[in-house]
This record gives sequence, C-alpha cells and structure tokens, in this order.
Amino acid sequence: MTAPLVDISSVSHRFGQHTVLKNVSLQIEPGSYTILLGPSGSGKTTLLSILGGFVTPSEGKVLIRGEDCTTVPPAKRPTTTVFQDYALFPHMSVGGNVGFGLRMQGVDAATRAARAREALALVGLAAAFDKKPHQLSGGQRQRVALARALVIEPAVLLLDEPLGALDLQLRRQMQDELKAIQKRVGTAFIHVTHDQEEAMALADHCVVMNDGRIEDEGPPERVYARPATRFSATFMGESTLISGTVTKAKDGTTTVATQTGSFSLPGTALAGTAVALAIRPEHLVLGAASGAIRLGTAKVSDVVFQGSFKRVLAVSEKDPALHFIARVPAAAAVRPGDIVAVSCDAGDIIPLAG
Amino acid sequence: MRALVRIASWLYAAAVYGFIFLPVVVLVLFSLQATSFPIPPFTGPSLRWYDAVLADTRLTSALVNSLLVAALSSAIAVTLGFLSAWGFARFVLPGSALLRGLITLPLTVSYLIIGMGLLVLFNWAGVPKSLLAAGIGHVVINLPLCFAIIYSQMGDHQINIERAARDLGAPEWKVLLLITVPVMAPAIFAGFFLSMTFSWDEFVISFLLTRFDTTLPVEIWNLLRSGLNPKTNAVGSLVFAVSIVLVVLFELMLLRRKPA
Amino acid sequence: MNSATNSGRALPRAGCALPWALVTPALGWTLLFFVLPFLAMGFSSLTAHDGGGFTLANYSQFFANPAYWQAMVNSLQVTAIVTLISVLLAYPFAWILAEQVPERWQRLALMLAVLPFWTSYVVRSYSWLLVLAQNGVINRALTGSGLFSEPVQLANTRLATVIGFVHFFVMLLTLTIFANLKQLSPSYRKAAADLGAGPVRTFLHVILPLTLPGIMVGAFLTFVLCIGDYITPQILGGNNELLMPQLVMMQIGRRGDFPLASALSIILMAVVTVAYLACARWLKIERA
Repeated sequence: MTAPLVDISSVSHRFGQHTVLKNVSLQIEPGSYTILLGPSGSGKTTLLSILGGFVTPSEGKVLIRGEDCTTVPPAKRPTTTVFQDYALFPHMSVGGNVGFGLRMQGVDAATRAARAREALALVGLAAAFDKKPHQLSGGQRQRVALARALVIEPAVLLLDEPLGALDLQLRRQMQDELKAIQKRVGTAFIHVTHDQEEAMALADHCVVMNDGRIEDEGPPERVYARPATRFSATFMGESTLISGTVTKAKDGTTTVATQTGSFSLPGTALAGTAVALAIRPEHLVLGAASGAIRLGTAKVSDVVFQGSFKRVLAVSEKDPALHFIARVPAAAAVRPGDIVAVSCDAGDIIPLAG
Repeated sequence: MRALVRIASWLYAAAVYGFIFLPVVVLVLFSLQATSFPIPPFTGPSLRWYDAVLADTRLTSALVNSLLVAALSSAIAVTLGFLSAWGFARFVLPGSALLRGLITLPLTVSYLIIGMGLLVLFNWAGVPKSLLAAGIGHVVINLPLCFAIIYSQMGDHQINIERAARDLGAPEWKVLLLITVPVMAPAIFAGFFLSMTFSWDEFVISFLLTRFDTTLPVEIWNLLRSGLNPKTNAVGSLVFAVSIVLVVLFELMLLRRKPA
Repeated sequence: MNSATNSGRALPRAGCALPWALVTPALGWTLLFFVLPFLAMGFSSLTAHDGGGFTLANYSQFFANPAYWQAMVNSLQVTAIVTLISVLLAYPFAWILAEQVPERWQRLALMLAVLPFWTSYVVRSYSWLLVLAQNGVINRALTGSGLFSEPVQLANTRLATVIGFVHFFVMLLTLTIFANLKQLSPSYRKAAADLGAGPVRTFLHVILPLTLPGIMVGAFLTFVLCIGDYITPQILGGNNELLMPQLVMMQIGRRGDFPLASALSIILMAVVTVAYLACARWLKIERA
C-alpha cells in the first residue's frame, strides 16, 4: 500500500469555548474522490479549512505528501480551494481569473493565457475567456472556479459545498461533470456537502461526520448497506430503527428482544447490551408476510408518492414509538389507515450500538 | 380619488421643488446683475461680476487652497479609513468593537466642537493657524465617514475572494493591490468623493484654524461682511457649479459601475 | 458587517503585527486630533480666562447668566421647530418621489430635489438672505402685489434662521426617508392589500411604522447638525437672538476667552449626548 496523500492525525479544533472537531484522524488516497458528509455544525467545513490552511488546528497534525503542513499558509501548500460562493475576482475577466494562480507563480502572459484556455476547455467553457464573471450563469461561474483551482495543478483540490448555490437540476448535472473531470485530471478531490445523494453519486470514499467526529467512513456502498452507527444509518439514507436488548449470544447467533418480539440474527454481542436494529426502507416487506423476521402489524399513517415508488410511513401497533419507513412499488395499493403486516429478512437487519 | 391624490401630489411636489430651488435661482440670476445690488429689478445679464471674481486674487487663491486642502485631506482620510477598515474586517483584534466605535465617534460631534478642541490644543502646543491645521481637522471629520463606508462594504464574500487569491499563491501585498483595492474601488471612491465635498464646503473648522491663507468658504464669509453684493452671488454660483459637476460625475460613475 | 462574528469560517487571529499596523494610523489620528483636543478643551474649561488655577467658574457662569441660559433655550426651541417642520415637509415629498413618480424618473427627480444640498453652507445661507432681505425678492413681490404697503422684516429674525435650516434638512430627510421607503419590499403593500387594507390603512398600519426607525434616525441627525451649526443663525438670524454656537464663537472672536468657550462647547455636547441617550432605543440603526 502506498503512503496516503493526505494524513490527518488526531486533529481537534476549538473556536473559543466551542469544540468543533474532536480528535479526527483521516487518510486520503491519491486520485480519490472523498466526500465529507454531515449536517451543518458537524465540523466538515472546519476540517476542509484546516486542510486548505485557512484555519490552524488547536491540536493534531496535517501531513500532505508526507510533509507536515499543519501551520503552512494556504499559498504555500499544494492544495487549492473552490469556494461555495466561487469567490471569483469580479474585476477580472474569466481568463484573468483562471490565470491568476499562474501569474502569482511568475508564469509569462502567453503561457498563462494558453494554459488558462486549456483549463477552461477542460470544464467546457473555452468560449468564456474574455467575459466578466457577472456575465456568466451560476453553473458557469462554478466551472470557472474549478478551472481556476485546477490550472495550478494542486495535489489536492478542496471543494466547499460547490453545488450548494445551484438549483436541483443543475446540481445533478454538475455532479456528473465533476466526477468526469476528476477522473480526467486524476487529482484527489475532497468535497464537503450535506446532500447524501450527492455523496453517494460522487464519492469513492465517503466520510460521515457528526458533532465534530467521524461517524463512519468507507466506500458509499458499504456505508449505505452497513452503516457503522445510528447516525450514519439515518443521515446517509433513511432507516427504520428498532431498539432492543441482547438476551443471548451463542455460536455466531445473537438473540435480540424488542417490543415487537425476539429475533435471532447472525453476529456476536454481549448479552445485556442495548442495541438498535436498522432496516433500510427497501428491505421492509409490507402485507404478504414473506420475510423471515416478523415485525408485527402496523397502521399506515402516510403514503407519499415519489414517482418510481411510494414511501410509506407506518406506526407499529405493539409499540407506538416504533415508526416504520418502507418503500413499495408505485402501483401498490396502500392507503393511510390500512393495517399491514411488516417483515424482513434477517440478513437485512443492521445491528448497531444502542 | 386616485386622480385627486395625483393632483395634490404634483402640487405639493412642485411647491417643495420651488422652495428648494428658490434661493439657488435667485443666487444665480442676480450673479448676472449689471448693477451693484443683487436685488430686484434684474438689470442683466452681465458677466461683469464673474470678471471681478476671477480678477480677485484673494478669491482665486482661496479657491486653489480649498481644492488643495480638500484633495489632500480626503486622500489621507480615505487611506487611513481603508487600511483600518481592512484591518478590522480581516483580523480578530482585541477590543475591536470599542476601537471601531472610537474611530466613528467624531461623526456624532458637531464640527464647531471639533474645531474648538483643535484650536485649544494647537493654541497650547504653539501650532500656528494654517491651512495645514485646517486640513488636519478635515481629516478628523472625514476619516470616520470613509471608515464607515468602506467597512460596511467588506462582507464575507470579499473575505472569500481574498482567501482565494492567497490560496492561489498571492502574497499579502499583491492581495491588497490586485484584489482588495480594485474590488473595494466603488466604496473607496465614494468615501473619497464624499470627503471632497464635505471638505470643500466646510466652514467653521477652517474659520477657526486658518488665518491669512484660507479656504473659499471663509473668504466668502469675509465678502459677506460688505453686505449683499453681486460678486458674492458670482462666487457662490461658481461654488455651486463645482459642487454640481462633482455630484454629476459621481452619479455617472455609479451608473456606469452598476451592472458590475 | 457580520464578518467578525462569523465563527464558522474564522478570521485569522491577530498574531502578527500586520493588523495593528493597519489600524494604528487611523486610531492614532483619532486619539491625537480628536480625543486629545477634547481633553484639552475639558482641561481648558476648568481654568480661569486670566490665568490662575483650577475653577468651575466657567460652568457656574453659564447657569448664573440668564443671557447664556437663553441661548441654550433658543437653540433647543429652534432645533425642535426645525426638526418637526422638516420631517413633516419631507415625508410626503419623499413618499411622492417614491410612489407617484414613474420608476425611471425617480433617480433624476431625487437628484434634482437634493442638488442644492451639495452646495456650500455659506452660499446657501447667503442665498436665503437675498430672498428674505428688506428689498429682496419676497418683499418686492409682497409690496408689488399690493398685499403689504411696507416691506416685512424677514431677515435677521428667528423665522429666517428656521427657513434656512428647514431648507437644508428637508433635503437631508428626503434622502433618508426616500431610501427607507424604497427599501420596503413591495410584498408588504401587496400582503396588506390582499388582507383587505385600503391604501390609507396600509399606509397607517404598515408603511408608516416600518419607516419610523428611519425617520427617527433622520430626525436625530437633524437635531445634532442643527444644534451645532453656527453659519445659518449667524447669517440669517443675526445677533438679535443668539443661539449656542454663536455664543461660543463670540467668546473666541471678541474676547479670546477659550476657557469659557470650551465650557459652553462641553455643555452643548452634553445636551446632545442626553438627547441621544433619551432616544437611543429608537435609534437602533439596522445594518443592511
């Protein structure tokens, strides 16, 4: 295994009394697309600022390409940032913006212009060279910001909620382009967002953050299928959460007692510990009780039509605190007030620490 | 009902415009008087009083003094105001709110009192009355204005723009010269322009702090002692014209910049 | 304006000398040429004119001498009258500019309305003297039309001072109130109309309360500028009735009595401060 491109070790950060990062360690591989996913206040933006050199962490170290960059100013480190508001220089042309980093490196004007044009072509904006930023649309400004950051060939590109200011349709379209551009240039991208769909669509490596900690990290498929924590199970996609207690654990099988009954699941745990069982909406079966694990009956409280499927909310009849979130085919005839049997397969239950 | 409101509005607006422009029209009209008193009946038009103004070296040198004091004091005020606004907007300084309050404090004190204070201080310190002393006073009144205007325009977006420049490798002085000053140019310009007009018009500080060489408003004041005189009308009309030119230039620049 | 409080994207700490190097010139200038002179004035006000030591005589003189008292009373009266008239004149004018004038002409209409605002104080007051003089335009019109057989004494009266002041402050207040009215979202008016309020009730219950803070700020500005002005009362009001700034200047001009002038200035400033504190809670200037 090669050395990581970025190595963040035991970083903590405080703003006054308020601790926003708590002992965070993270490694970034060369050429990877990493997403920092979390709600606002989770510390993801602060972590990005620390990587970019705009904030010096209270504790811990940041190594980039093996060098200690913890206190190196932004200009001197091999990172560039794409800001949420793009931060284009309003008084310069698009070409002037993109060429700015090269100008600071003392590159001559002709080379600068040529490379700026190349970078603009990369993001599909070759024609905009002489325009002013205010003449461009939001999506185009976003691309200029990307070209400006990429043209100086950073080791790591940092993106701070880069799609946050765009409308939904444009956001999805830019997502695809971002991914394509990243694959083409091969630069490691670290991208902050609170949009889990964006995270799943883009990430090679997804880092879920909450309250200043990393809750979970890994390929998005793994994070979705087997979230490591309750937070991760509910923030990265929805889940039904059933709380229970381990009553018996033997031979790789654990028995969990819940309000809706006792289930035997594969896995090991200490008897007596509190657990939460997470089930993804598409794994819950309503009506014809075909699943191996019976979760009792529930009263449907709401049915939301979402195009290709219906999202069903139902309350367990045995345990009013238990809310099922299920996904059924768009054609399914479920109506609020219906009483349905709920079941699932043992393999689709994700045991989490309660 | 609607028509009635409209008619009443037009009448009212016409009356207020009349009130606002009455003295100006009288001033300019009687500056063209051919005889020696700027009172009805009108005997002009004649440019003899404008000739008299231009031939009066006291007035012309006061005009040059005024422009000089206005330009230099505004340049100092806008420079100090810009630097301090930048410092306060970009860095966390202990007691920042208090210090910002201190810089803007002179805005709440009348010119008379600022002039009095400087007079007492300079009197004690043995600083002679001069255009320099008046210029110092003009910086005192204009610095808070420039600071407030520029500081209020330094938002988060500008902070990010500067960060981007630093991130792309610009050293601090290049950030200042290539990014901050051009981006803040409208605010800097507005501060400079307002300072110019305020300094150009300022009377009481110049009156208290100058003696032989003085500014135009003080010289006009001296003319007033001789009572109503078309020459005063002529110089007043010239002052008015200069102010108008400044304001119109400013408006045009604002309009030109607006799309940006 | 919220940059210093945005903790999420923290500003660099003032570890190095740069930030201080940026703010020190402005702070130094303010300390040296504003705070220090003020202290000098305070010190001076506690000394006797003819040398000698520490005394409160300059202050007690103000309270003992009815002529001095009267100047303060005159100042407060004139300022109150001017502020009231100016607001009452300017509000409807600003409203007409903002509501009745077509959008594309508004900028021009406003610019015209405040054009004389930019001319010299001295020139403006002198212009009014021309209008109000014994044989000036107004008196010619009055006697010429046969309404009056004798010219009316207009110049060198309190009325002249008030007219001169109102002329200036109507323009200032029109500017501030106009800006205030334009800032209001048109949705307020639509919402009020939608909820069944007629134009009059919309104005009384929605527009007026929303512009009131702006009016208060403008009125306070008028108060401060008016009470400290020397030129207008000196040129238009003459010496028949003294206002505070005239009294202060008189001490310097005629008698070179800096200590008394300092004491009177400080008393004037104290009055402004009291006025500020009294209406401070209406003066919460919201930053855009």
